[in-house]
Amino acid sequence: MTEPEVYAALTEIFHDVFMRDDLVLKPELTAKDVAGWDSFKQIEIVIATEERFNIKLHTRELDRLQNVGDLAAVVLAKA
Amino acid sequence: MTQLHWLPDDPTFRARLRALRTAPPAPEPAWAEAMALANLRLDFVRTNALDQTMRAIFGTTPPKFTGTKPIRLAMLGSCTMAHLHGAIRVAGLRRGIWIDIYENDYGQYMQELVDTSSELHAFKPTMILLALDAHHLAAGLSANFEQADGDAAVEEQTNRIAECWRLAREAFKCPVLHQTPLPVHPDLLGLNEHRLPGSAARVIARINQNLRPMADAAGVELLSLDTRAARDGIAAWHDIGLWHRAKQEITPAAAPFYGDMVGRLVASLQGRSSKCLVLDLDNTLWGGVIGDDGMDGIILGQGSPLGEGYTAFQEYARDLSRRGIILAVCSKNDEANALEPFEKHPEMTLKRSDIAAFYANWSDKASNIKAIAAELNIGLDSLVFVDDNPVERALVRQELPMVAVPEVTDDPITFLQAVSDAGYFESTAITDEDRVRSAQYQGNRAREQLKASTTDMASYLRGLDMEMIWRRFDRIGLQRTVQLINKTNQFNLTTRRYTEEDVIDIMQSNKAFGLQLRLTDRFGDNGIIAICIGKMQDNDDLLIDTWLMSCRVLGRQVEPTTLNLIAAQAKNLGAKRLLGDYIPTKKNAMVKDHYVRLGFNLAETHDDGSTRATLDLATFVPAETFITVTEG
Repeated sequence: MTEPEVYAALTEIFHDVFMRDDLVLKPELTAKDVAGWDSFKQIEIVIATEERFNIKLHTRELDRLQNVGDLAAVVLAKA
Repeated sequence: MTQLHWLPDDPTFRARLRALRTAPPAPEPAWAEAMALANLRLDFVRTNALDQTMRAIFGTTPPKFTGTKPIRLAMLGSCTMAHLHGAIRVAGLRRGIWIDIYENDYGQYMQELVDTSSELHAFKPTMILLALDAHHLAAGLSANFEQADGDAAVEEQTNRIAECWRLAREAFKCPVLHQTPLPVHPDLLGLNEHRLPGSAARVIARINQNLRPMADAAGVELLSLDTRAARDGIAAWHDIGLWHRAKQEITPAAAPFYGDMVGRLVASLQGRSSKCLVLDLDNTLWGGVIGDDGMDGIILGQGSPLGEGYTAFQEYARDLSRRGIILAVCSKNDEANALEPFEKHPEMTLKRSDIAAFYANWSDKASNIKAIAAELNIGLDSLVFVDDNPVERALVRQELPMVAVPEVTDDPITFLQAVSDAGYFESTAITDEDRVRSAQYQGNRAREQLKASTTDMASYLRGLDMEMIWRRFDRIGLQRTVQLINKTNQFNLTTRRYTEEDVIDIMQSNKAFGLQLRLTDRFGDNGIIAICIGKMQDNDDLLIDTWLMSCRVLGRQVEPTTLNLIAAQAKNLGAKRLLGDYIPTKKNAMVKDHYVRLGFNLAETHDDGSTRATLDLATFVPAETFITVTEG
């Protein structure tokens, strides 16, 4: 799977999770930048990502996630 | 597998939800569209998106037009459950029921139950869901416990649960649901874990075992997560990493299924579970087309995997009918062809006598399904229609959105899975009426035949040898009484819905009476067919608070016979006059003139269409009918 494909799929997940179609996913995007991105939404994003790519993220990988770029990198490495 | 696989997918879901959010129509069409969206196959992200949209449109006030009783559900537990709220609300919406949710402060369920100044008490719940997680219940155990220590731990936890039930019942006088803990703990011994008294896995299993008889004795409904997880696998329900991260016992991925299970219990307690399974024939009850393939060409029964699949589905339908679900047939066929397998095929499990309404013709299926509902005198929203043909399913969903149409493949094993996983027929109790219902519908056919062969009404009624057996409300009939009060829509003068606690209050009052009426005739026992509640007012008036009747005994002189009984009961309480109220709803127009027909005088008519009629008991002359009345 290519990086643009991963970003396209993640964009769809973010749009559904936050119900905002105007969100543009960039690697440096963090929870601080998006209204409503709390710990619950973080879990939603992770589970939706796991289901979408049929992968499982481990505790250490989850702890290291700082921004969208980190998430995309984990997905790229696994999917 | 925790997907809502029986609901159809819709590729336009995102577009429809966005349209609803950005340009919501008027409240009633918005509610209808949201209900339609809730009846699609939603994962947890879509479920939450729909929930947020609903809350943006409707806020926190239940709309007036839903036609169902809103629920104020308090979730009491010891771990994080906020991620489940949206799925519960959407499951209510799926059934047209508005649900508000309160969750106790983290871990404070017992304090809030006891403290009457707590937010829980301020919330005034109308339903309680107690969800104590497995880690909480297993706290304090040690693997080196002796048997006595293990027994004491089980007893302590089950006593605490029973105490919570008692506190909740006393404080809120409302139904209590209890969620059984998930088997999340690892084994210490292994396959014979039950030999280790202090094992958390063992103690949770014992608590779950004890909860069944405890709940039956206490009148508490179980949300059996443990047995559901046994079907899906514990990993589908519990994510160990998430427990450590967020103290969520239930993974958000399973939230839609969890919410739907809560929704089923809510619907069942409101008497809104489905009542009738409508079956297509060709490629649904057997493989092939009877009209083309003939008796020896259709695939059914032993000897073929596919044939056994159809048999398994027939057996499931037969078992449902034996516990009170009505079966009907809706098929595009010549009737003679359709009937032949029922009468002559040796592998048919279902017989013609199992089917209460048999519609095999060339009309469209939506019309036939309407005819089935009319013949059986039940609402369209209590029908489930199983058809292997996607075109027929789509047609019925479009024409009759209130009919449940499970999504299936052409493999018969999916019919059984869809119907059972969807929980359409969720029931918290099995009443005697449920057991004999199929026989009642057969009795109805015999009555219709007698009616057709009798020339005048009086001799028909006389020939029925009817007996009305009445009793005051009692504990034995409590479940059936509450069921009727909450599900009768058409012949229901006031449509007041009452809980078990409300009915018990009436039983204990000396200024009110509650009557349950049974009707028998030469074709059998019709079961409890009417409920009346009378309440003395501050003067000499007795208000008929509730009068409802099963439509299947219409035209049998039950109404005037019942009035005779009400008048006698009212006089016993010292009443001089009866007050009969009619409150209109979408479904009860048939009883608009009920009291006037019975000789009451119309006294008040209000703008909303409700009326009050009066009957002077001093001059009332009981009507003579063909029904013998006995107290029993």
